[in-house]
Parts: sequence; structure tokens; C-alpha cells
Amino acid sequence: MGSAGRVVLVTGVSRDLGRRFARAAAADPAVGRVIGVDAVPPHGDIGDVSFVRADIRNPVIAKVIVKEDVDTVVHMSVIATPGSAGGRNTMKELNVIGTMQLLAACQKAPGLERLVVKSTTTVYGASSRDPAMFTEDMEPRRAARAGYAKDVAEVESYVRGFARRRPDVAVTLLRAANVIGPHVTSPLTSYFRLPVIPTVLGHDPRLQFLHERDLIDVLRHAAVNDIAGTFNVAGDGILMLSQAVRRLQRPTVSLPPFAVGGVGSALRSARLADFSPEQIDLLTYGRGVDTTRMRTGLGFEPAFTTAEAFADFGLPLTPTGGRAEKVLARMARSLPEPSRVPSTLPHSVLGGVDHG
Amino acid sequence: MGDAEIIPIGTRGRPGRGTGSSQPSSAARNLAAGSKPAAPTAAKKAAPAKKAPPKKAAPPKKAAEPAAVDLPPDVQRAPTTTRDRGPMSGIPAADWLSAINHGAREVFGDQWEPQLAQFLAFLRRRVTGDFAVDEYGFDREITERFLMATLRPIAEKWFRVEVRGAENIPAEGGALVVSNHSGTVPVDGLMTLVSIHDHTGRFLRPLGADLVFKMPFVSTMARKSGATLACNEDAERMLRGGELVGVWPEGFKGIGKPYAERYKLQRFGRGGFVSAALRTGVPIIPLSVVGAEEIFPLVGNVPSLARLLGLPYIPITPFFPLLGPLGLVPLPSKWLLEFGEPIRTDEFDAGAADDPMLVFNVTDQVRETIQQTLYSLLMKRHSVFR
Repeated sequence: MGSAGRVVLVTGVSRDLGRRFARAAAADPAVGRVIGVDAVPPHGDIGDVSFVRADIRNPVIAKVIVKEDVDTVVHMSVIATPGSAGGRNTMKELNVIGTMQLLAACQKAPGLERLVVKSTTTVYGASSRDPAMFTEDMEPRRAARAGYAKDVAEVESYVRGFARRRPDVAVTLLRAANVIGPHVTSPLTSYFRLPVIPTVLGHDPRLQFLHERDLIDVLRHAAVNDIAGTFNVAGDGILMLSQAVRRLQRPTVSLPPFAVGGVGSALRSARLADFSPEQIDLLTYGRGVDTTRMRTGLGFEPAFTTAEAFADFGLPLTPTGGRAEKVLARMARSLPEPSRVPSTLPHSVLGGVDHG
Repeated sequence: MGDAEIIPIGTRGRPGRGTGSSQPSSAARNLAAGSKPAAPTAAKKAAPAKKAPPKKAAPPKKAAEPAAVDLPPDVQRAPTTTRDRGPMSGIPAADWLSAINHGAREVFGDQWEPQLAQFLAFLRRRVTGDFAVDEYGFDREITERFLMATLRPIAEKWFRVEVRGAENIPAEGGALVVSNHSGTVPVDGLMTLVSIHDHTGRFLRPLGADLVFKMPFVSTMARKSGATLACNEDAERMLRGGELVGVWPEGFKGIGKPYAERYKLQRFGRGGFVSAALRTGVPIIPLSVVGAEEIFPLVGNVPSLARLLGLPYIPITPFFPLLGPLGLVPLPSKWLLEFGEPIRTDEFDAGAADDPMLVFNVTDQVRETIQQTLYSLLMKRHSVFR
């Protein structure tokens, strides 16, 4: 939009990631002005972002878009947990009705050029019949019937409908893997912050993470570049849940699948962690997404791999376990460095040390 | 025999073994209370050296004049003290060290210190989660050091697996190993896994049914050992990545067939494996496994219970429910694995995978090859167990 730079409207700025993205977008040279919209005022400092208190479930949002001459809308207010918003009904209303209203307003805005929607890889679900890595063209094996996953699936279908009706608007749908980082509060991060981590007995899911900074970067990248399409966004590599928990040095307790749900609802009512059915599925079967298109199509390269993002998340956490490691470390100190070992050792003992 | 000699039973209160003689044996006298103090025991090692000579001199003297020992009660006896000692405290630290040293040398060889350090480093990597898995969850380290090490003796000693035609497996690049499936429990997959690894150094990446990934523990182990779901997406992805992929297209129809139908190949699925190979242009290597049919001869099935548990079948073998867990030990049949000539798929043109007739033809070709090889291997085999 000319020399003045883009006018970006960001929904969901009351939450931490939304607020931080709005600030990051305002700092971008290609962006002239950032308008943050939410039903409640943001908690922290929003810097240069001008805040408009408006509920996206309300037609008022259309007036804001037209009046402020918005050309880019970044929709970030699809929430994973009811949290402070209220119950599940409020959450669903916020997610689905909010998106419908926002898209209706966007359709009526002639100056709109770009729509970026933050979605999640939860839309792929998690089941035993999943392929190892989901590409953007794949559908979930079983359509989500409830909860966040269903909300996101509905939001995505509305976004696709909007893209059909307004082919002149570049619509970017970013399916982000589980966002993790020291400041993120989400069902999965509160799960990993538990002092003792419950796991599903006999299952070791594959997990993929996206660092919070990478999420903000990819949203900004999509907001200032003209790339339409659906993209999976995730850090490189995979962590197994057992591996992740060991890296945090936290003890685990394995529960049979039916008990995990009970423990989950107990933790939820104690407000310690938020277990949702789709999270139990994720912690049972795991999920991986293919990020080839993110590199080739979107031209985005995350700064953190899955393992690095998780390490950064785990840094401020104090380990509650890890006794075995300490014992082994003490034993290892009295022995020579394994790296100085001559390479002429029998394969039977050393096989597989040089793993990739 | 005039008078009966009365041989007393017992020692009449005197020390001794009741040999009938009036004198107790010297050993008994030494043990008896009130006897001469015996040679100082090892516990008195701390005593000064001058006590040592009498200790050495005593036994021969006693042996020379056993009868002449008069026992003045409680005269020379030193006060007996027993010191309680824990099982650990009595053995000097030096002995412990040398024992550990010796044991370590036994286990790890002369280079035991660095070896142990290596092993500890491995343990620490596992405990701290500092290892890498690929995108399918394949954990190379644990597969090599744990799974293969466990399966190898079973393959070599129990089933005496004999591999033929291992040179047909390409040393690198994607390839699809297609095998017959049998044996009630998919042991044949595991044996193929370890045989291929030991003969070529490559890891076979098996494609498993979704039931595998549904079952607890099995799913974890399957992912760690490199398996993934048998679907076209994963098969093509792995083959494109240059992996050696294994499929058992008969699926549950193959491994759950009754013993009477042994070595009769079932339908080869819908030919999905052929279209995956055609799309990626990798060779198909037919593998015929003889011997797996006999490990658990399936003579019956409980379909209603299987349906209830969501399993494809509940096997009844001559031993299984009858002998309980002992029935789970597979019979030690002799196994033959023959890898056939690779069937090239890169010569077909681009649209070949979408031509159902071509896919069916290639599927039949693979199936026929395996069936014929099975027959010829069965002819060569002396008996089931030899």
C-alpha cells in the first residue's frame, strides 16, 4: 500500500503471542500501522500498536476494517483452551462465530489484499492410522468430532470458502505445530511444566514443536510477503515424548489410556494442566508434519529445530528428577573421556555409537 | 561271631563322631568347648608376628600324639569375642577393586576402562534423551544395540536362519522387499530385519498394519525399530528417502491362515506396494521365507473372541492355550530366506502407477516368483526341523 506501508489488523492481541506478534509487525519496515483488536485489553505493553476494543463476533469489526483502510488481516484469535474466556461454549463461539464474522467483514472490505490465518497441525488429528508425516494435502484420518480440533477444522473450511469468494485476496493458512517457548501457556506447555508427567502406558508419541519466536517470524513473513496457500510450519526434526521428558529431567508416571482421561480432568479442575481429548490422542499416537512446502513455497526457515525449541522451553524449568543421570555422571567422572577411546574396539560392545 | 560288639550310637555326651572309640577325634577335640585354643583364625591377623610360629607348629604336633592331649578345662582359653560385621565391611576395599577390575576385564576386555566409559556414555545419552530419531521415530542406537542383539541369537541358534541371494539387495538407494507372511505371530518380519542387517548392514524399514500402532508397547517398539504405517504416503516417502522398505502384502490373511494352507500365498492386497514402487522407480525384491509357517501351527481360531477384542484372530495352536505361556515358545523350525532377482520398475513410463492392469500384472509377477521359490525351497529342505 504505497509508501505509507501496510496497514495490518491483528485479532487476538489480548493474549501474549498476539500482542508480541503485533509489536513485531509494527517494528517491520514494510508495515506502516498495526491495529490490534480484541474484546479485552492486552495485558502487556503494546508499543506502537493502536488498540481497538472490539469483539470480532460483532459486525463492528467490519467498520474498523473499512475505516482504518486495512489491507492485511492477521487472524490469531483461534484459542485452544477456554482458559479465562469461560467455558467450552464461549470458546467455540469465539473461534467459529468470531472467524465467520471476521471473514464476513473481510469480504465486504474492498481494500483488503491479504489474509493470514494462524491455524494448527491439530487439524490433522492423531490416530494409529496416520501417515508418519502429514503433507498439506492430506486430510485427518478421522474427522474431529469435538473440541479445539473441530473448531480449527471449521475455521479452516470458512477460510477456504472465503478464498473462493475473494480470489483477489491472498489467503495464507499457517498450520503451526505445537508452539513452545518459555513464555507460552498452552495445554502442552502446562503439561510439560507438571512436576511429574503422566504418559500413556506403552505409547511413545512423536512430537514436533515450533518455537514462539519462529511463530511470530513466520506470521510476519506471511503478512508482508505475497504468498497464498496452506503451509505446515514446524521446527526440523522429531522428539519422542520419552526423549523430551528425559531432557527435562522429569519423572514420568505411565497410566493406562482410560486413566489418562481421568487424571487429565482432575488436573484440569485443579487448574494445573489442561488436558483435552485431542491432546490425549496426541500424547498417544503423536503426529509429524512435512515442512517441505514451508521451505520451497513460503520461503521460511525456522531458526529453532524441534529439539532446540524444546531445550529453550526447558531452560527455566527446574528438574524434578534426573537422579539416575547424576549417578551415571559421577561414575563417568572417574573414567577416562569416551572420546579418547581408540577406535579399535569390538563392534559388539560399541555398535551404533556413531548414530546420525 | 560270638559276642555281639556293642557299637554305641552317639558319643555319650563326649565330643566326637561316635566311632565307638573312647577318644574323640582330634578334629572334634579342637571344636569342643574347653579344648585348647585352636590355631588363631584369620580374624586375629592383626596380632603381632610372634604368634605366627606356634600356629604353624601346632598341627603336626597334634597329629603325632593325638591321645596324649589332656584337657584342662578353661585354662588356656582366651576370651572369645565375635565382632559383628556387615557383609560389605569385612572385605577390604582393595579386594573389591580387584574384583571389579577383574569382572570388568572379563566383560569388556583389556580396554575395560574406556569401554566402560563408552558404555556409561551410552547410558547417559539414553537417560538424558540426548539421541536422535528420524522422522518416523526410528532409533538407530536402540535398534542396533538392543533389538538386533536380542534377535540375533534367536535367528542364528533357534531358527538357524539360512539366507540366500543377499546380494540381490542393493547396497544403497531405495528398494522394496516383498515377502510372504506366515507364522501366526509376525516373527518372520523380525527375523528378516535381523538377517538383512547382518548380511548387508542396512536396516529394513517394515511397513506395519495400523493394529501394530494401536497396541501399547508394540507401537513404541515398532516405531523405534524403524517401522511405519503401511500406507501409500509413508511407503513412497520412505522409498524416495532411499530406504530399504519391507512389506508383507498378505497381511493378516497370510499370518493368520490355518496350518493346512501353509505355503499357499494369499491375495497380495490391492497391489498398493507395486504402485508405490512404480511411482518411486525402485526395484522390487521378492523374498521367500520358509520355516515360519511351522513355528506356531495354527489349527483353530476363536472368531467371536477376536471380534470382541478387535483382533484379526485368536490363534489356537497344538500348544498355545493348552500349555499356557509355554505354548508361546515357537517351535524350532529350520528357516530358509531367499531373496530373488530384483524386479525393475524404473523402465515403465511415468503413468504406469495409474494403470491398474499393469499394477495387477506386476503384483502377480511378484506373487508367482515368491510362490515358485517357496516350492523349490521346500523341496530343498530336508525336514521341518533340520
